[in-house]
Amino acid sequence: MKHPGINLGPHHGTAHDQAEKVVFGFWVFLMSDLIIFGLMFATYVTMTNPVGMAGGPGPKHVFDLASVFAQTMILLTSSLTFGMASLAIRHEQGRNIISIWLYVTLALGLTFLVFEARDFTSMVGLGAVPSRSGYLSAFFGLVPLHGLHVMAGCLWIMVMILQIRAFGMIPLVKTRLLRLGLFWHFLDLVWIGIFTIVYLGGIGT
Amino acid sequence: MSDLDYLDDRNYWREVRHYLIGFGLALALTLIPFAIIYWKMLAFKPALTVIGLCALLQMVVHLRFFLHIDLSRQKREDLQLILFSVLLLAIMALGTIWIIGNLGMRM
Repeated sequence: MKHPGINLGPHHGTAHDQAEKVVFGFWVFLMSDLIIFGLMFATYVTMTNPVGMAGGPGPKHVFDLASVFAQTMILLTSSLTFGMASLAIRHEQGRNIISIWLYVTLALGLTFLVFEARDFTSMVGLGAVPSRSGYLSAFFGLVPLHGLHVMAGCLWIMVMILQIRAFGMIPLVKTRLLRLGLFWHFLDLVWIGIFTIVYLGGIGT
Repeated sequence: MSDLDYLDDRNYWREVRHYLIGFGLALALTLIPFAIIYWKMLAFKPALTVIGLCALLQMVVHLRFFLHIDLSRQKREDLQLILFSVLLLAIMALGTIWIIGNLGMRM
């Protein structure tokens, strides 16, 4: 029997057995997080009308499609590089190779955050602040919430890089990396919803 | 190098290919909606349908190739957890959009 998410494989012994419980627990967390994001999306959608906009700046005035495209590509690539880290863990390629892939993923995650912060700054410069309209409140409730998750993910990657150096690839570190992987791929999944509904849907209207 | 290493190695490249296929599909499903919006290739309604479909497909691709969720040989309770959460979310989110949207139209 396999769990959703990457499996270490029986040759990992204890770590593989431990993964049974902790991975299931982490899915419970991810699904509760999914509900939070989903309802922020629902709130956002209910605000995309003239009443919600309250005469304030709309999607067409404040969104920068090129920057969103860059962020999408960065996050998608980081999903691939984290996948490579997961495979390096699974195939026991040693802590150096695992760390390199984690560093690459971290760099991409931080670049994503820089682009996003720049977008928010330019929005604020255009007068699109959360207090301007219900629509903008919903926007700043949803998109920066995802940004905060990415930030937490980056912090988590840093902690894991340190733990790999300090403890080596012990079972606990392996199962933590498994969960970090699920978290990272999950964030990319939520981003699909954001770029489709918020950005492309907003600019398309 | 033992036989086992060789086997592991071969699996490794197969798994790398699996990720690359997923990445390629996800890339295509990202580029299509961005192209449609950037070059205004379609009218609003059909454009929205196409980008919505691409998003759904891309989510399936991510689940399948990155999160390794498929319909075969999974722990049943994990899949049930995911499906039940999605059902709850669908009821709450679609219900919200429906009811608030309806109220919005009356204003």
